[in-house]
Amino acid sequence: MSRGARPASAGSANALELRGVSRLFGALAALSDITLSVQPGERRAVLGSNGAGKTTLFNCITGDFAPSSGIIRFFGEDVTAFPPYERIRRGLRRTYQISSLFAGLPVLDNVYLACRGVSRNRYSLLRPRRDDALVHAAEGLIDAVHLTAVKDQLVGELAYGQQRQLEIALALSGAPRFILFDEPAAGLSPTERRDLVHILTGLPAHIGYIIIEHDMDVALRVVESVTMMHNGRIFKEGRPDEIEADPEVQDLYLGGGHG
Amino acid sequence: MATLETRSPSIDAGARIGLREAIARQGTAFWIVAALLLVMPLIATPFWLVQIIAYAIILGMIALSLMFLAGYGGIVSLVQMTVAAFAGYLVAILGDSAITQISLKWPWWATVPVAVVLASLFGVLSGALSVRTEGIYTIMITLAIASAFYYLSLQNYTIFNGFSGFNGILPPVFLGVDWGGDVAFYYLTLGSAALAYAAVIYVSRAPFGLALQGTRDNPRRMAALGFNVTAHRIAAYGFAAVIAAFAGVLLVWYQRQISPGTAGVGPVVDILIIAVVGGLSRPIGPFIGALVYVLLRTFSLDLLELVGLDGKRFQLLIGLGFLVIVLVSPDGLIGIAERVKGRYRRGREARTAEMGGPGGQP
Repeated sequence: MSRGARPASAGSANALELRGVSRLFGALAALSDITLSVQPGERRAVLGSNGAGKTTLFNCITGDFAPSSGIIRFFGEDVTAFPPYERIRRGLRRTYQISSLFAGLPVLDNVYLACRGVSRNRYSLLRPRRDDALVHAAEGLIDAVHLTAVKDQLVGELAYGQQRQLEIALALSGAPRFILFDEPAAGLSPTERRDLVHILTGLPAHIGYIIIEHDMDVALRVVESVTMMHNGRIFKEGRPDEIEADPEVQDLYLGGGHG
Repeated sequence: MATLETRSPSIDAGARIGLREAIARQGTAFWIVAALLLVMPLIATPFWLVQIIAYAIILGMIALSLMFLAGYGGIVSLVQMTVAAFAGYLVAILGDSAITQISLKWPWWATVPVAVVLASLFGVLSGALSVRTEGIYTIMITLAIASAFYYLSLQNYTIFNGFSGFNGILPPVFLGVDWGGDVAFYYLTLGSAALAYAAVIYVSRAPFGLALQGTRDNPRRMAALGFNVTAHRIAAYGFAAVIAAFAGVLLVWYQRQISPGTAGVGPVVDILIIAVVGGLSRPIGPFIGALVYVLLRTFSLDLLELVGLDGKRFQLLIGLGFLVIVLVSPDGLIGIAERVKGRYRRGREARTAEMGGPGGQP
């Protein structure tokens, strides 16, 4: 990590802890009183119908929106008032539901920027040298998501599935400790979904994540716990098999048609 | 502004080219223009050398600082001319001028660095004030700062000497050269502009410039990658201000006087016009825009009188020219040149494709 002074209590603290987090948009409560804790290295799915507040939850965790009330801790540190970039520098990462990339820049520059963002010398006026460590790191990430063949192409020219994979490469830059994946499988082909499951299950064990995903075949295969949301509230938590078997959940979310 | 795309090789390609290769990659047009500029004192009259070309280069440098902010950062700042004028004022105040009761008579080697540093700080401060706004609001706030500076310089007599400003400011003499001489001053401006031009191109592919383009395209994502977008934009104001400040020093040596009119609302907007007319997508654009602007300003009077109109209406011609260029090409003269080049290339490709078929069997 880029800075020395970090709360070193990572052993005992939760990776992520939310206490009574609410978010109002006018009179609408997009999130009400969310209390949630995730262990370091834990992998969890957040499920729920559209409008359940899943993406708003991510936006509060990353700091894109400030919560209207409540406290958010990241590895024991109260980050509620931190701007997004401070949370990212502490090891939080996210991907976006709708690809949020730099379309006018080549693939390599996109990943290089992600690596720069969590390193020092963000303001460097000197171009990277041939053997720059961050260029190598970026190339490694591009290789990990199978995009080496297109690394010099402009992102705007990539196929949709490739853009989704690039999203994941950006989230893996630097030394992530916890990642928020927002519907990473949306719009992917069956083969690409298999690749995605492979990438997610192959992540180092110390990296935990929360995944929002509508595809149960992806979501339940890559997590060990599930949180169900409905109308901005958490209404059930459990293991994937418990959730899948739960009649109330089937009724509400899986619509009976599943399986 | 968000749709602007600055064309340049990827960071990888940027990393792999040395100075020699960078020079080798320039097209023939670059070498023709460079050679022409270098031998200009042999072919041009002193009037053309200084009043037209050197003046255009100075205005081009100020517009270049705007191009850096607008083209790479999506920030339209109207404060660049004010930064330049502030640097110019500082040269007059700290150095020597005919207003001996104010000027401190510092030597040039102390005056210039202090002027550049203070003017750059002023640019950073203006950036800090306006950075949280976007689009038209940035324009309004920077215009307000520019107007405030104009009225301050107009009404303050203890430091800025009010309406009359300073005159009798001379370029320095050092290394045995009088830099106020026509040829020496021309090469001084040419060298400074070449440095500023190269610096902008280099930095645009360095992490700082690349991240700036990221904040232009997707500020929210940049924050989600660990960048402090606000601080990055303020730093961009700082970088641009250094270029504008150096240009301001040259400007005051060129004019040999400085007064509130140097940074009035007119000149402030003229810099925007120069940058837009030239084109904001490439660093060469502002210089082309500045040359067109200076030529129009200088000769439209004669031109108008030639066709029997009042010569005082030269602003009309500039305005019409601006209107036509912006209507025809949103990316200014650079955009027109690109399109002509593209059409020519396509035409040539079509011809070679036509001849390619039977060409195999002569």
